[in-house]
Amino acid sequence: MIRFLLKGILRDKQRSLLPVIIVSLGTMLTVILVCWLNGFLGDSIEMNAKFATGHVKIMTAAYQKNIDQVPNDLALTGVDSLMMKLRKEFPDMKWGERIHFGGLIDVPDNKGETRSQGPAIGFGIDMLSGDKSEIERFNLEKSILRGKLPSHRGEILMSEDFSKKLKINPGDTVTIIGSTMNGSMALYNYTVSGTIVFGAEAMDHGSVIVDLSDVRAALDMDNAAGEIVGYLPDIYYNEENANLVVARFQKIFPPSDDEFAPRIITLRQQNSLGTMIDMIKSVGSLMVFVFVLSMSLVLWNAGLLGGLRRYSEFGIRLAIGEDYSHIYKTMIYESVLIGIIGSIIGTIVGLSGALYLQEHGLDLGSIMKGAAIMMPSVFRAHITANAFYIGFIPGLFSTVAGTMLSGIGIYKRKTAQLFKELEA
Amino acid sequence: MRKIIIPLLLVCFSLNAQNPSAKDILDKIDKNMSSESRIFTSKMVIHNKRNTRTVESKSWSKGEKKSFSEYLSPPREQGTKMLKLDDQLWIFSPSTDRIIQISGHMLRQSVMGSDLSYEDMMEDPHLLNHYTGKIDSEEKLGDRTCWIISLTATSTDVAYQTQKLWVDKDRYIPLKKELYAKSGMLLKRMELSDVIQIQSRWFPKRILFKDVLKEGEGTEFIIEDIQFNAEIPDYILSKASLKK
Repeated sequence: MIRFLLKGILRDKQRSLLPVIIVSLGTMLTVILVCWLNGFLGDSIEMNAKFATGHVKIMTAAYQKNIDQVPNDLALTGVDSLMMKLRKEFPDMKWGERIHFGGLIDVPDNKGETRSQGPAIGFGIDMLSGDKSEIERFNLEKSILRGKLPSHRGEILMSEDFSKKLKINPGDTVTIIGSTMNGSMALYNYTVSGTIVFGAEAMDHGSVIVDLSDVRAALDMDNAAGEIVGYLPDIYYNEENANLVVARFQKIFPPSDDEFAPRIITLRQQNSLGTMIDMIKSVGSLMVFVFVLSMSLVLWNAGLLGGLRRYSEFGIRLAIGEDYSHIYKTMIYESVLIGIIGSIIGTIVGLSGALYLQEHGLDLGSIMKGAAIMMPSVFRAHITANAFYIGFIPGLFSTVAGTMLSGIGIYKRKTAQLFKELEA
Repeated sequence: MRKIIIPLLLVCFSLNAQNPSAKDILDKIDKNMSSESRIFTSKMVIHNKRNTRTVESKSWSKGEKKSFSEYLSPPREQGTKMLKLDDQLWIFSPSTDRIIQISGHMLRQSVMGSDLSYEDMMEDPHLLNHYTGKIDSEEKLGDRTCWIISLTATSTDVAYQTQKLWVDKDRYIPLKKELYAKSGMLLKRMELSDVIQIQSRWFPKRILFKDVLKEGEGTEFIIEDIQFNAEIPDYILSKASLKK
C-alpha cells in the first residue's frame, strides 16, 4: 500500500506539490533558525573567550583572588617552560600568554612636557612573533581605522575614541605610566601605529594594545605573564572537553597550597559566564521551542487544509464503497510520506544554508558600528547534532497531527447525503 | 601650714617637669628630625610578597619644601630622579627622557614598589605645623619608656588625619608610629630604630614602614650617611637638574 501511495503522491502533483513545499519550507526555516541561534549564542560566549577568558585560563591562585585589580605582582613566572609543557601535553590546543595592565597615557608636547593625560586599560598580547592567532582573536586587522598594525617593537594600537580624546594621530609618541611587577613606577615610550574600533564602549573608551615583549620590558615582567589563555580545537566552547583539559592539567600540576603555582579554570568559572551560559541555553531552548511550536501550528494547519481540499475526493471514495477507516489510514500514511519527504528536503536545504552561514557568516559590522555592547559583528550559524532532527518535529509530526485532526471529519460524513453533496 | 604647702608645691612642680606638654614633645621631636638642609644616602630594602629588592638613592633637601633624589641602583632604576618643590612633584625617567609631574591619585602610588607612597615623601616632617597632640599614656617599648601621643590634624590637606606616636621619653624620638585615615582605619605602621646621636640631635637610622593594606614584610628605610645643615647649591633643587 505504501508503494501505491508513494506512486500517487509522486504522480499526482496537485496532491503532493504544495504540501511538500510547505513542509520543506517550514523545516528549512526551523533548521536554519536553530543553527543560527546556536551560532549567535556560541559566538557571544566565544567573544568573551577570545577577549578575556579563553576556553580555559591558567594563572596563579593569588592572581585569581584579586583578578579585578590586575595584580601583575602576583603573575605567573617561568612562563616559557610552562608554555613548552602545555604545548607538549595539549598539542590540539592553542595557548596565548597575556598581560593586562592599567596605567596612564601621557602625551608630551614639543618640549616634552605633559600635553594631555588619560587613564588606560592595556592588553599585552603577542603581535610580533609571527603567530597571528592573537591578532585574529582580537580581530585587529579588521578593527584598524587609521594607521596599521604594529610591525616592530615600540609600537602600540590605541582605541579611536581614546586617541581623539587625547588628540593623538598614528605616528605620535606617548608615554605609558604604569606599575612594574615589583610595584615601581613604570614609564615607557611608544609610537602609536594605528587606531582601532572594537564596537564596544568598554573597549573603545580607553584601551591600548601592546605587544607582549614590549609590556614585559616596560613592566619588568621578563618570562612572566598575568594569565595564559587556552583554546580548544572546537569552534565553540565545549564544556565537556574543557573539563577534560582541566582534569589532565591537574594531573600534571597537582593543586597545591602554593599561591603562586599555576592553577587552571574553565570559561564557565569566570566573569559569571556560568550563569550566562545556563541562561543562554534556557533562553535558546525556549526560543527554539516557540519557533518549532509556531511552525508546527502552520504545518498542522497545512495538514488540515490538505484534508479539507480533498473533501470531494473522499466523498467519491466513500460513495464507491471505500471504508471510512481505510480512507483515514491512507490519509495518514500519505501525510507521513509527505512529512518525511518534505522534512528531508527541508533539512537538506536548511543544513546547506546553515553550512553557508557557518562558513561565511553574515557581516553586519556596518550596522553595528557604535554599538555599546560587545557583540560579534559577523553573525554565523553553527550546525549541531539537533539540527539534523529538529526539523522533523514540525515537518513530520505536525503535518501528521493536522491530517489526523482533519481526517476525523471523514467519519462524520453520511453516505445518504454524499450524492447530494456531489451534485452540488 | 607652710611646712605642708611648700613640699606639695615642689612635688607638683617636679611632676610637671617630668611630664612636658604634648606640644613641647612635638617641638623637641621636630628639632631632632628636621633641619635647615640635609644630604643623605639611603637604602630601601623592599620585602615584597615574592622577593626582596634593594633600591639605593641619594637625596638633597632644603627645609620642608624642597628636595631632590637620585636613584643609584638597581640598574633598572638607576638615573631616575625626583624633585619636590612646594606641593609639586616631578619624576624623570632616563629610559623615556621624560619629566612627568606626579599628581592626584598617583601620589598615593608606591615609590619603587615600597611601602612608602609619593604622598609620604611629600609630607612636611614638622609635626607641629599640621597636628595637635595629646599624651594618652606611657608604655615600654623594649627597654625604652615612651609616651603614647595621639595627633589630630589641624587641616585636611595631610595624608593621615590622625597619628599615634610612641615617643622615647629620654631622646624625644618616636620609636613607633601608627598612621590612620580619617575613617579611623589604620593605614601604615612605622618602627624607628638604630637611634644615633649626630651633633646635638638624636636620629633614627632605620625605619621599617609597613603599609597594612599591602601584603609583604614591609620596607626598611636605612640611612647610610647623613649630613645636617650642609650647603646645597640652588641648581640641584631645580627642574633643570632632573635631566642632567
